[in-house]
Parts: sequence; structure tokens; C-alpha cells
Amino acid sequence: MNWTRKDLLGLKDVSAEEIQYILDNAATMKHILSQNVKKVPHLRGKSVITLFYENSTRTRMSFELAGKYLSADTANITASGSSVAKGENLLDTGRTLDVMGCDVIVMRHNCSGAPHLLSKHVNASVINAGDGMNEHPTQALLDMFTMVEKKGSLKGLKVAILGDVYHSRVARSNFYGLNTMGAEVYVASPATLLPKNVDMLGAKVCKTVEEAIEGADVVMNLRMQLERQKSGLFPSASEYAKYYGLNEDKLKLAKPDALIMHPGPVNRGVEITSGIADHERSVIDEQVTNGVAIRMALLYIFANRRNEE
Amino acid sequence: MKKIIKNGLVIDPANKINEIRDIYIDGGKIVSAFDEKDAEIIDAKGLIVAPGLVDMHVHLREPGFEYKETIATGTAAAAKGGFTSVACMPNTKPVTDNAAVVTFIKDKAEKEGAVNVYPIGAITKGQKGEELAEIGELKAAGAVAISDDGRPVESAGMMRKALIYSSGFDMPVISHCEVMSLVDGGVMNEGYYSTYLGLRGIPDAAEEVMVSRDVILSEETGVPVHIAHISTKGSAEIIRQAKARGVKVTCETCPHYFSLTDAAVVGYDTNAKMNPPLRTDEDVEAIKAAIKDGTVDAIATDHAPHHIDEKQVEFDYAANGIVGLETALSLGITALVNEGVITMQELIEKLSVNPAKILNIPAGTLTEGAPADVVIFDADAKRTVNVADFASKSKNSPYDGYEVSGDVIYTIVGGEIAYKKA
Repeated sequence: MNWTRKDLLGLKDVSAEEIQYILDNAATMKHILSQNVKKVPHLRGKSVITLFYENSTRTRMSFELAGKYLSADTANITASGSSVAKGENLLDTGRTLDVMGCDVIVMRHNCSGAPHLLSKHVNASVINAGDGMNEHPTQALLDMFTMVEKKGSLKGLKVAILGDVYHSRVARSNFYGLNTMGAEVYVASPATLLPKNVDMLGAKVCKTVEEAIEGADVVMNLRMQLERQKSGLFPSASEYAKYYGLNEDKLKLAKPDALIMHPGPVNRGVEITSGIADHERSVIDEQVTNGVAIRMALLYIFANRRNEE
Repeated sequence: MKKIIKNGLVIDPANKINEIRDIYIDGGKIVSAFDEKDAEIIDAKGLIVAPGLVDMHVHLREPGFEYKETIATGTAAAAKGGFTSVACMPNTKPVTDNAAVVTFIKDKAEKEGAVNVYPIGAITKGQKGEELAEIGELKAAGAVAISDDGRPVESAGMMRKALIYSSGFDMPVISHCEVMSLVDGGVMNEGYYSTYLGLRGIPDAAEEVMVSRDVILSEETGVPVHIAHISTKGSAEIIRQAKARGVKVTCETCPHYFSLTDAAVVGYDTNAKMNPPLRTDEDVEAIKAAIKDGTVDAIATDHAPHHIDEKQVEFDYAANGIVGLETALSLGITALVNEGVITMQELIEKLSVNPAKILNIPAGTLTEGAPADVVIFDADAKRTVNVADFASKSKNSPYDGYEVSGDVIYTIVGGEIAYKKA
């Protein structure tokens, strides 16, 4: 397809055709990852900067390796180790990177909408690596890629997403992407962690985890940040685990071949038991591998976009 | 110089006048008819002539935040918008919580102001909600009301004491209603759009719980209270019921609460970020109904200038508020009068007569002997809002590019022309 989109800010306005194109490219990239020598010259002479205003190990590493496998020059900026700490505002930081000739800025920010603001003021492509509670499109893409790999297609899949939906950008991106691709999404979470009108984002709200899991093809648990307990959103990790966590008994309600997914890092014993995390149907490790493939595909698509302008 | 405003449609609700007639001005006051010779004639044929508008809720930012606005630029914006009197909120630096700051503002306004400026003092020292400000001294220096606007008086006990104490000075109390534990870090209205944008939501209850509290305190103490900038259906209903049983509560809303919804935030537009936040269609309709049935007494702008560097940032970090002085009349005409919600006369009541009454200031009337504060506007003129044309130092308005009706032609303050459309 003829790729015209400058930035990947989220999946809420990305078409099925675009998502399919990304997933198809990622399949090629995954093939490269399986080779003995993983480095290919596709992005030689291109530069990718990761601009992270929030701590992250796996997402940043995943992007960095993806860039390196494609022979792009990669550099990392973290908020604390740069002029950001000296009070430089987002647009000044972004413009600086832009005029240094950066092709793709991969950005993570604690504020929803920050990549949207940056993207309007830079020529580089901006890929959202997670903004506040808004979206985490690359995570949803790797989740969808994993589901397609295992299930063949997304169409008609029943996906249960469990846990802290309120704070979850992973959940939001999955709602958009999965709905666009024809899957059905069910959610269950403590009522305090269910955002208002979430049904209007295409998520069917279930009162209990059991109801959401019933007959599911995929069960995805979200990370529960334990500090939420202090702000009064749930009483204790053990009560959370009992009512909203995933264990072997609850998993029996899902289809016998249901996949177990988690965006990581996992709080073992809270949102899922260790037995579930390491279950034969858990694809948590493959999600991580597929993350690199998806990010290779995205960097390839976006870094080359400017050749065609 | 003597002036005669001729042939305009005079709408003077205080005197129940709504007819074509001439207005005579001499010595800075409205006077009875005099001979035309030696008088400057202002032809107002086809235009509306009304008492100058009164904005009971603006932020002039001086002293302390002159990079956002000054008394000179803020009052120039007021004049351009048809306002002849503005009451400025105390969240200055230093806070207007003592007589010296009130005196500074009044002196500065006297020298540089294009319109009448009435300072509002703080309810509590430093707007911290802990100790009463010197309300007697504030009044003596010229403050016309007290408010901790920008912040709520969180403690119900403190608010009750403020109401009781201020009654000894007949000082109006204006309450900014916001329960911070319910706001809980929210940056926009809680609803579909906050979920869609992944922004933290502010529930209606954050406003309504405190509106209820202040209604109860006013009822119990018998002291009037004025609720600032109501934005929700629930607030309107609480105040409607309170008024019906005789509570001395008045309230204002702002043009953005009857003309915009939280959908304006889509795209993370920081010019749609304000406090209270833009609400839903249902709230907008309820606010209009409350304007129509008199639950809402006044329309104020909450003119809140901010520098572009405070708005062109991440939504969470952006300052709250928009400038409003240069769009309020047009938005009232466009969204209320032209939509059949209220008449032009009722709009003038809410933009001039009622706020003057609530603050007990000499404005809102064209009675003989009153200060010659007059606005002359073309209600039918179509115009496109262009923030670049604003007299305000700040341009943070969500209405840039909006097509509106109504254009101010003259603003006359104390018999002198403060603004004339070029």
C-alpha cells in the first residue's frame, strides 16, 4: 500500500488496511529475527531517537534493538538525563531533535496527548511508545500480531481484557485495534478502575472476571500498579488477586485453547498467578519477541516514508 | 465634552426602556435632554445602546503576572468587548488579600485603565483557606467583594465563618466551588471524551458537592452567597431549588458553558482547558435553561489570560482558562439571543444590570445621574473571531475562527469614548 501517514499516535483512527499492512511487514521482520545474522541494511543512513519521559526498559530496548537490526543509527534520550531536566519544554526538545536530522522520534510520555503535540511541530515521524492513559499502539499491534500468529485471524475472536482499564493505554489501543480488525472485546475490572463510558470505545463491560472470560479465545491481564491501592482504588493486592486476578480455575471458563497474554512486567500473584504466567498457553515471552518484529516493521515503514515525499 | 447618542435602540432594563430614543451625556453622567449645539453627536441608527457591560469575574493578572496581562491591556480588551466595569479576582502575586494591593490596583487602573476596575479581595490570607483576610480593610480600600477564586475554600467551617464575618461589612462573598478530593488530578470533564482521550476526568460532583454546601451555609446563616462559574446541570438545579425556597444565593455562568462542550478538547486543545471544565451537551442545555428561567443571574467571562508558553505544552501541564472579554457579548447574542433562549433585554440584564446589583456598584443603568457608561453595538453584524486582533495580551481562546454575530461599535466610560470600532 501507499503509506501516507506521518505519525503513529494511536490506533483510534488507523484503518484495518493499515493495521494489516503493519502486521504483514512484521511477519517479514520476524523472519529476519529468526536468522543467525539478524542485521539487515534496510535503514542504513536513517536515524531513530527514543525520547522517553517515563521509565521503561522493555519498550525502549525493543525499539532500540529493532532499529539496530535494521542498521539505523539509534540514540536514546531520557527525561532526567537531558535538558528536559533543566526545564526545556517539549517542543524545544522535539525541534532540536528534528533539526539534527532525526527520521523517527519514538516517544513515551506520562501525559496523554504529548506525542500529538510534538508531532504537529516536527518533520520527523513520531511513534507513540505510550502516552499517559491514552494509547500504546505498538503494544496493541504486537498483541494483535501474536493473536494472528496463534489463531490465524482476528475476526470474531473473543478477547477478554482484565484489570486496571482506567489507567491502561494498552487496553485503549487494544480496544481500537481489535474492534477495527473485527474481534470482540470484553472487559472486567474493579468498578473504581473502569473509565466512564468505556463501552463507547467498543469494550463490552462485564461485572465479573468470570463473565468476561467465559468462552474467550484470548485472556489478557493488565498490569496492576500496586500504588493505586494507596489512592483508595482497591483495598489490597490479595483481594484484587481473588476477584480480578487470573488463576487456573478461572481459566477453565475460557476456550480450551485460549491464549494467556500480559503486556508485562508481570506482578506474579496479583493479576496472574505464577502458574498462569508460566502456563503452556501463556504467550507472554512471544509477545516480547513479536514486539521487536512489530517495531522493526514500524521503523521501516516510517523511516522510509520520507524517501517518498 | 457633551455627547448625544442619537437614534439608537436603547435597551435599559433597569428602567424598562426598550425603544428608539436619544441618550444625553454631560459631565460624565447621563443627563436629561439638552440643546444639540456644542455636543458631539454619535449616530447610533440601527445600533443597540445599552448600559455598559459589567464583568464580575476577570483576571487582570497585575500585580505579578504582567507577562499574561496588565491592567492596561486587560481593560483595553474589556472596552473592546463592550465592558465598562470589570471586577478582578485576587489571585495576583502578591495575592490581593490586603488593602495595599487593592490600593495598587485601583491607582493603576485610575492611571492606565480603559474601564472601571473593581478589585475583589481574597476571603483568606494568601487564598490558603486558613485565616480570614482583613475583610474590613479590603472594603475600606475599595474591594467590592471577596473570593478565593482559582481555589475553593475547602473547609466548610472556614467558609461559614467567612460568610458570617463578611456580613458585618455587607461584603459579597463569591465562591469558587471545587472539591479537590473529587477533582483528584482531573484535567477535563469526566465522561466519554476523558476516556477517549485518556485524560483524567473531573466529575460533576466536584462542583456540585460544594455548591450544595455553600447553599446550605447561606441558608443557615442567612448570608448571601454568589456562586462563580457554574457549569453543570446539577449545580443549576441545586441553585434553582435553593432560590425557590428563598435562599439568598446568586450565580454566574460563562459563555463557554453555554456554547462549548468537552468535545472541544479532542486533539488535546489546551484552549479548551478551563476550570471548571467544559461539560456535555446535556449540561450546556441545562445551563441555557437556567439562564432562561433566571436561575443564572449573571454572565461573567472568567477572563483568564495565559501566555502561549503556558498553553503550548502537554495538556496535563497547560494552564486553566481562556480569555473572554472580547467574545462574551457576541457569544451571548449568537448562542442565546439568536437561538431564542433569551431576549436581548435579558442578555443585557445578565451582562450588566444583575452583576452590578450583586456587586453593588454604580453601573447597569442609563438612569439620569448615573455614570455615563454605555455600550453601543451592532447586534446583527457578522464577524469572524480572530485572536490576533485581541487587545488582550494573551490569545488563549477556543473561539478563534468562529463566526459570531454582534460587534461593539462604541464603548463609553464616564462619558468618554474608551473604544471605537475602527
